[in-house]
Amino acid sequence: MNAHVQGCAVSAAKEAAPDPVRRENGQREVFCGLTGIVWLHRKIQDAFFLVVGSRTCAHLIQSAAGVMIFAEPRFATAIMEEKDLAGLTDANDELDRIVTQLIARRPDIRLLFLVGSCPSEVIKLDLSRAALRLSQTFSPGVRILNYSGSGIETTFTQGEDACLASLVPALPPLGTSEDQLLVVGSLADVVEDQFVRMFDALGIGPVQFLPPRNSTSLPAIGPNTKFLLAQPFLADTARALEDCGATRLSAPFPLGVEGTTAWLRAAADAFGVKNATFVSVTQPYRARAVRALARYRDELAGRRVFLFPDSQLEIPLARFLSRELSMNLVEVGTPYLHREHLAEELKLLPIEVALTEGQDVDLQLDRCRAARPDLVVCGLGLANPLEAEGMTTKWSIELVFTPVQGYEQAADLAELFARPLVRRAKLVI
Amino acid sequence: MTMQLTVWTYEGPPHVGAMRVATGMEGLHYVLHAPQGDTYADLLFTMIERRDRRPPVTYTTFSARDLGGDTAELFKTAARNAYERFQPQAMIVGASCTGSLIQDDPGGLARALDLPIPVVTVDLPAYQRKENWGAAETFYQLVRTLAGPSAPAPGAKRANRPTGARPRCNLLGPTALGFRHRDDVAEITGLLTKLGIDVNVTAPMGATPADLARLGDADFNVVLYPEVAGQTASWLQRTFGQPSTKIIPIGVSATREFIEEVAKLARVDASATLAASSTRLPWYSRSVDSTYLTGKRVFIFGDATHAVAAARIASDELGFKVVGVGTYSREFGREIREVAKLYDVEPLISDDYLEVEAKIAELQPELVLGTQMERHIAKRLGIPCAVISAPVHVQDFPARYAPQMGFEGANVIFDTWVHPLMMGLEEHLLAMFKDDFEFMDGAVPSHLGAGHGAPADDSPVGLAEPTGAATLVSDVSFIWAADAERELRKIPFFVRGKARRNTERFANENGVTTITVETLYDAKAHYAR
Repeated sequence: MNAHVQGCAVSAAKEAAPDPVRRENGQREVFCGLTGIVWLHRKIQDAFFLVVGSRTCAHLIQSAAGVMIFAEPRFATAIMEEKDLAGLTDANDELDRIVTQLIARRPDIRLLFLVGSCPSEVIKLDLSRAALRLSQTFSPGVRILNYSGSGIETTFTQGEDACLASLVPALPPLGTSEDQLLVVGSLADVVEDQFVRMFDALGIGPVQFLPPRNSTSLPAIGPNTKFLLAQPFLADTARALEDCGATRLSAPFPLGVEGTTAWLRAAADAFGVKNATFVSVTQPYRARAVRALARYRDELAGRRVFLFPDSQLEIPLARFLSRELSMNLVEVGTPYLHREHLAEELKLLPIEVALTEGQDVDLQLDRCRAARPDLVVCGLGLANPLEAEGMTTKWSIELVFTPVQGYEQAADLAELFARPLVRRAKLVI
Repeated sequence: MTMQLTVWTYEGPPHVGAMRVATGMEGLHYVLHAPQGDTYADLLFTMIERRDRRPPVTYTTFSARDLGGDTAELFKTAARNAYERFQPQAMIVGASCTGSLIQDDPGGLARALDLPIPVVTVDLPAYQRKENWGAAETFYQLVRTLAGPSAPAPGAKRANRPTGARPRCNLLGPTALGFRHRDDVAEITGLLTKLGIDVNVTAPMGATPADLARLGDADFNVVLYPEVAGQTASWLQRTFGQPSTKIIPIGVSATREFIEEVAKLARVDASATLAASSTRLPWYSRSVDSTYLTGKRVFIFGDATHAVAAARIASDELGFKVVGVGTYSREFGREIREVAKLYDVEPLISDDYLEVEAKIAELQPELVLGTQMERHIAKRLGIPCAVISAPVHVQDFPARYAPQMGFEGANVIFDTWVHPLMMGLEEHLLAMFKDDFEFMDGAVPSHLGAGHGAPADDSPVGLAEPTGAATLVSDVSFIWAADAERELRKIPFFVRGKARRNTERFANENGVTTITVETLYDAKAHYAR
């Protein structure tokens, strides 16, 4: 498979065309989908996430959350013990007991996700039936849904995909015959608000968001829904929306000035916004963002960057780093490459880019060491060891937790990559 | 009841305990049959402990797709590759919680590879046991396998140390990600050196598999952390006839008793070391400024070793009153119950964070000595807190030398436990002197003098703290009079927001259009009820 599905204009270029995407299947140094709970529970403010799993699951979320900021967070783990696994107790009875206890303790909860884990999947505990059963008990006060965040089924951000996909059947039908725009994928509230103002100025609206900030404001969907993916990792959610008749607007992702413009443009085109309007509305923002980016381009241009697979944001990020900051891409890893959703992004990548799907972390580290890039984008397990080897690293998880989408954040995104290099140059020790 | 609702956990799963042993050691590699995602555990070591190397762990990271195929083959490939790449002296193999459910038998698979190094199977019941148990079991299995071959015949009498040879001991228990293990080892090694005792092997931390094989060469064992080394020490006692220490050298008295215990085991004279020993804790504790520590009500929670030691120091060496003591390690419940009896309090043996929180809220202690979890609880309840035990946080790996054990450990403990209380005292003083002109937040530090444009009370209202738009009640139907605004500024900053909110709410509810000094105090009186 060729990374450049289209866009390589001449056939001569096609012959010299990029190597096939390298596929690796060894040790993957990535989080599982449960990690998504860390940001999803902040986004949907009346939702609770109950992982049905093991002590490892509880320990993972606690470690990924980094610090225990919230005395009693809106997530917890129902830890299964020996007797649950051996069938000595009915795991469903146990789960009912725990959910009852939880809802009594947290009457503020309106939406409860039962989140499947590796052990619950392996012992085939049917959480969809449990969710249905418990919904009957607690309806209408609490809606209970389920999805899997297990590592055997989901990699890191795919947990959000599974969560949003589980919400789709709960969305009310759209009762209007006018086209509606739905933005899909968690964005920081501040970014959401910026986009709302932008769509407003373009005359597109009302715009809805999935996930919503509150379970009482679920977006309505139907055949008149046109949706834009704000995140590149939402394969199942997109499919579920399409099954409801909604149409996906194909676009690059709103990272960087170019990505944001193309993303907004896809909506503008679908909603019949005149080109002149689009240009006049976006121009001041684009100009401001380009100005803000300039100083980081000075810092980053010509530097060689190596991206380890982590969040599936790697390809849009690589496009931004390469085209707007003139960085050279040594290798771009992604845990999973969704060719359809990434089609518009792949077209924009340089022709000789080395793409890797999946991972064999030892082999990838060998390549990274051999290449000696100026900057390595990687997970927290690899960052300090690579720093100790003299490399400069950027923790990839920060790219997921920080507001980076849209015009106003384009420079913030660039700064995340510039900071480690600036710091390394600054330290005299 | 089996399934347990857990918000935060004190201990990770047992394979994380095995990782703490493997990561602390050199020349050992751990091959773990585990699904994708379990690699999160690496960041505990690289981020919390700031390790400069990846933990020596290879994960099979199997996925749903692999479950339909041959996960056993996946394990064998991972083990073979790990051996070839890392060339360890020995390997441990096992499964994480999900790995154990697919029943691939990592031990058998690894034996079938016939690797030219010792391969130790660690079978850790992930649905029954936890991190410390996993560390203890892993250490024990490693020592049995590696030191076992050099064990004397059963019943053989231990040879006497040759005359003139210095006594030797092993230091057992320190691991990666341990609470101050790095500095405790340095402190106790120094103490033993002063006594004329050599350290044969420190393990697991810093030891190679070859070092474990020669544990039997020592005359006795110093057990620093029974949670990790207790089981291994009793096996060494049975197998090699090595006695081991029972006293944990945390606190001044315990350190002195430890020195006596060690001297007896090593048959050396400790009197010079005891006489020369110096720690500031006893004098600082008698110093009159410490009078205010008397009878401070303290709640203690942690692993059993640190909680038991803390209770004794708190009561005997600092003059606090122990109002509660507990541990999350059920394996050490007996030790905690004994201590609780000593201080006439209810023991709390629980790994339920919410239960610990409720207990602290109920007891309302003046100081909490706990783990990072209790630090969060205490912060929320506004109680001073010092951390005494794992689970650890990046703050528990300070750049400076900060042991808990030995005489320097006692100094460190005095500072760490007393400083949060002094901060509490400062706040008390701040409240007492809140009307003092120099305590006002607008006051310029006195050393800068009055000539530097101190924003005096008659400065225009709203310069330092914009008002008007900043009023906190949205439905604004009042204004702040300048004198009321000035009065508000005299209230300490940490309660000023509340005073403003209450006053504005009061004004709104009572139809006051101009908030005066009188309104401010009317509101204060109203909400004081």
